[in-house]
Amino acid sequence: MAKSSSVLIKRYTASDRLNHWTVAITFMLLALSGLALFHPAFFFLTHLFGGGPWTRILHPFAGVLLFAGFVGMMLRFWKLNRITDDDRQWLRQVGDVIRNREDRLPPVGHYNAGQKYLFWTMVVCIPLLLLTGVLVWRPYFAPLMPIFAVRLAVLLHAVAAFVIIAGIVVHIYAAIWVQGSVRAMTRGTVTRAWAKQHHPAWYREITK
Amino acid sequence: MALQTLDIQRRSATTTPSPGVRQTTEVAKLIDISKCIGCKACQTACMEWNDIRDEVGSNAGTYDNPRDLTENSWTVMRYSEVEVEQGKLEWLIRKDGCMHCADPGCLKACPSPGAIIQHGNGIVDFQQANCIGCGYCIAGCPFNVPRISRKDNKAYKCTLCSDRVGVGMEPACVKTCPTGAIVFGSKTDMIQHAEARIVDLKERGYAKAGLYDPQGVGGTHVMYVLQHADQPELYHGLPRDPAISPMVSLWKGVTKPLMSLGLGLVALAGFFHYVTVGPNEVGDEEEEV
Repeated sequence: MAKSSSVLIKRYTASDRLNHWTVAITFMLLALSGLALFHPAFFFLTHLFGGGPWTRILHPFAGVLLFAGFVGMMLRFWKLNRITDDDRQWLRQVGDVIRNREDRLPPVGHYNAGQKYLFWTMVVCIPLLLLTGVLVWRPYFAPLMPIFAVRLAVLLHAVAAFVIIAGIVVHIYAAIWVQGSVRAMTRGTVTRAWAKQHHPAWYREITK
Repeated sequence: MALQTLDIQRRSATTTPSPGVRQTTEVAKLIDISKCIGCKACQTACMEWNDIRDEVGSNAGTYDNPRDLTENSWTVMRYSEVEVEQGKLEWLIRKDGCMHCADPGCLKACPSPGAIIQHGNGIVDFQQANCIGCGYCIAGCPFNVPRISRKDNKAYKCTLCSDRVGVGMEPACVKTCPTGAIVFGSKTDMIQHAEARIVDLKERGYAKAGLYDPQGVGGTHVMYVLQHADQPELYHGLPRDPAISPMVSLWKGVTKPLMSLGLGLVALAGFFHYVTVGPNEVGDEEEEV
């Protein structure tokens, strides 16, 4: 009898993975360079980018790349992230989620509510970051913008960045916490046992 | 050890105190608009001392030349023709430039350690070597003063001739002013000097004459004597009650430490969850098909 841990199920195509990691790499560059210019405690991170001026120069270009990549992810995963009543129930039982009591939760489909809400957070934050980023982008765009817009933009940019960085910290931790998840995005496959335990509704759907 | 006159009391993007055992006299430049004849000698002296040359512009129908502050023009005379009383034309000429705020918005906004410093004597100075060209100082300034050079992407503005003041000289514009409209000294002395001027102006019919030393930015180290202190806007839009924008204060005040702390706590919560609750592994009973 085969162990279900050795039976692999396709979760992401090579194209999905390429898209995800393009966004992930640009995100890391943006978070590190953005934090460097946000609080003096993080200013040392400018050394990773070749100093303060280079950090200022590179950050917005990385932002444009991330946005382009994210548009791809948005189109790919939009439908899979529709919020359902089960998702609302899942969220109400977040205590069970945290205590690893998945057996008490409503059956999860391709994505759980946590993943879905992260997706929608990114759908809101990334375009907002692009827009506010362009408003303060020197030397190209900021000189053309009214000062009120620049001031509002730096504040909103910081708030949106905080939300999204916090969200990604949770995302990365969740990938480590729920063992066997990382391979979905590195190899494209998960084990049958993983799918059955964490995404039973999705498992049923694909094995029908 | 630095020269006492060049002691630094505040540094951008620095969270620990700057050297502060010595008490340096606060200086100020006082510009008496009622004495200004608009000769632009101060502009010329500024260019000469600081060795900066602006491009030759074109005439836009006013005496303002150059038309705005630039990275090469740290001070510009602003000419305003106003009728405060019907039929009585007044030509108000204001020497525009950095006000050297006691609470400088540029310094508050600057993300690069030591790119903007405030000397013990109150002078706010840009250190271009540390400038990264982000333009946050422009967002922070309530007076629209800093300018970023298109040549090197560094911010520039009036230094109040910190290099001259540091060795006991007055700024170049003060030195050259032919009518004595610009004077320089300790801030206390300058306020006293202004008071005498205001009494004089009031006797001459300017009932609303007064000193411009806006408290919204903690007072400034460049002050004006205004004939119409009740209407500072007459002087080419001099702000009535300048202050650092609440958006900048919020951004650089509360959000900066709170959000940094927040991110640290989120990461720490993840780690503590892992070491207490532990990872979510696929259960043994699920293994067999």
